[in-house]
Amino acid sequence: MTTRRIGIGEAIREAIAEEMQRDENVFLIGEDIGIPGGFGGAFGVYLGLPEKFGHERIIDTPISEKAIIGTSVGAALMGMRPIPDLQYSDFIFECMDEIVNQAAKMRYMSGGKLKVPLTLRCPVGTANRGAQHGQSPESYFIHVPGLKVVCPSDAYVAKGVMKSAIRDDDPVIVFEHKLLYGSKGRESAGGMDLTAEVPEEEYLFPIGKALKKRDGNSLTIISTHLTLYRCLAAAEDLKNEGIECEVIDPVSLLPLDTKTIYDSVNKTGKALIAHEDTFTGGWGAEVAALISQNCFSKLKAPVQRIAAYDVPLPVTPILEQTVVPSIERIKEKIIQLHKMELK
Amino acid sequence: MVERSINLNNLDKELLISLFTDVIRLRKFEDKVYQLFLKGELPGTIHQYQGQEAVAVGVCTALNKTDWITSTHRPHGHAIAKGVSMRSAMAELYGKETGCCKGKGGSMHLGDPEVGMLPAIAIVAGGVSIVTGVGLAFKMKNTKQVAACFFGEGATNEGAFHEGLNLAAVQKLPIIYVCENNIYGASTAYNKTTLVENVADRVSSYGMASKIVDGMNVVEVYKAVKEARDAIANGSGPILIEAKTYRFAGHSRGDAKKYRTKEEEDYWRTLDPIDRMKDSLIENNLIDNETFALIVKNIQEEIDDAVVFAQQSPFPKVEDAFIDAYASDMSSPTEVQK
Repeated sequence: MTTRRIGIGEAIREAIAEEMQRDENVFLIGEDIGIPGGFGGAFGVYLGLPEKFGHERIIDTPISEKAIIGTSVGAALMGMRPIPDLQYSDFIFECMDEIVNQAAKMRYMSGGKLKVPLTLRCPVGTANRGAQHGQSPESYFIHVPGLKVVCPSDAYVAKGVMKSAIRDDDPVIVFEHKLLYGSKGRESAGGMDLTAEVPEEEYLFPIGKALKKRDGNSLTIISTHLTLYRCLAAAEDLKNEGIECEVIDPVSLLPLDTKTIYDSVNKTGKALIAHEDTFTGGWGAEVAALISQNCFSKLKAPVQRIAAYDVPLPVTPILEQTVVPSIERIKEKIIQLHKMELK
Repeated sequence: MVERSINLNNLDKELLISLFTDVIRLRKFEDKVYQLFLKGELPGTIHQYQGQEAVAVGVCTALNKTDWITSTHRPHGHAIAKGVSMRSAMAELYGKETGCCKGKGGSMHLGDPEVGMLPAIAIVAGGVSIVTGVGLAFKMKNTKQVAACFFGEGATNEGAFHEGLNLAAVQKLPIIYVCENNIYGASTAYNKTTLVENVADRVSSYGMASKIVDGMNVVEVYKAVKEARDAIANGSGPILIEAKTYRFAGHSRGDAKKYRTKEEEDYWRTLDPIDRMKDSLIENNLIDNETFALIVKNIQEEIDDAVVFAQQSPFPKVEDAFIDAYASDMSSPTEVQK
């Protein structure tokens, strides 16, 4: 198998191109995605695709989020496989009805006669863009039966899981962190290498499968997106202090690979969930509750969570980095959890 | 004031009788549903269609069998007109396994993909954004199908209405927007919420064509849709047809209609789509009282059969609650939640 190192943006572009090649029902629809001389989507992910697939399959729309998602739902019900684009995930609140009331419920309401195979890409994550262009709203959607929610954090997973999402017969929301797209993100993400080895050959990464990113016996960390990389950096730093962290990337939040998580927590006896979404009601709360319910007899300490503080996102870097989990904050939390012992 | 007598436009006798029969079918079905609801046989609530039958029948008869419709929280008439059998519709209202949505949709989500009707969308203007995609799929696959989207005048102040119509116009999608202007959004009159007199006037801002029809006249509705359909299927772009109509029933069960005057109700009763059509057919010697009685008798039998079928059908199995949320394999939610 031949591989090369690429970023998430490129990986997703390859996934979409391959699936558009494979299935003529796959198409893109959204704002600023195919305009000649434009940006190829807000983050350049679609650059080159209009030349290859034409404007009949890469449909530029008015700034109308409800119409973009409504149209995608209707087309999916008729056998198409739309990939709508809303630019920033913050704009998803413009079309909550189309996602929550329509996409997620049409199949059930029809008694199983219909399906809604659509894949919605949503860039999340703070990047000095403030309260309305930096949220990580994935937790809202794990509360909606009928949806699937995935959060790829590296290029290998992103490409494979994006292809699985496009082939999936249910609505899938793919949350991607905008600082993980490519080399530009590396500096603002703290100089970490965010590319991954990606095979030239075709492969799929299944929805509902977690990945163990690091082995360890002291405690289990469950994290996604940029925070996952910060957790890995913190774990590396703390190795010298004798703390061996096991780090799990759940990849898919709905469905959740509970087996991988429980196996790890049953081994280490301690769990920390870390995410950039806000604390209260964040997906970490759900995972913490599941661990408490299912691994209780093996737990040596209360399950811990670290998340963005419960405030809107500020722009100025010093405030922004105070709000979201930093490597330092993660390290303190790990040390604190490591010392905890139930008496 | 609307001309009461209906111009039959030299339409084929068989077609006229079929339009007339379907208008009565919808009325009698709803009248029966009302009785059953009052007897406590049907779960949930109901939003009834009496008075507006000419719209659903006119539109659905003019469409091809393979065309699709979207509907609203008031979908019983649309469903029967599009071809959902009375058995399967009634069983759905009873919450039975044999219903068109296996008991999971109920009154407000009545519909059946097998006859080209999405489960009715009970969010006001919800269907307006979804139908854009139905039309887009037809256009992309070049199937020459058309989608008709039913909604009330109350939906036209929703954001989805403006976003959906604008996108459909710009993409020249094969869609017929059918606004059933029955004057009231629940208890609130249209003129208290909107200064533009006609819904049809609003669509010029999307560069879309429109037409206003007498929604109590099944022939006029049929003709308007028939004339529009083929050009739309071939890419001429969407149209909005505003049918001026009236619901004789309240908004939902329990609405005493105190926000309407008796004079207004009496006026619209003179335009009852059944009586007007019957008088016009008799004037033109196309039916007589005997034929009319036979039509009504057959319909009554169809309804009685549907009720018996629904009553005797089984309820879904308890485990059925856990299927159909996803098309692909998902572990049963009850595993962790038990």
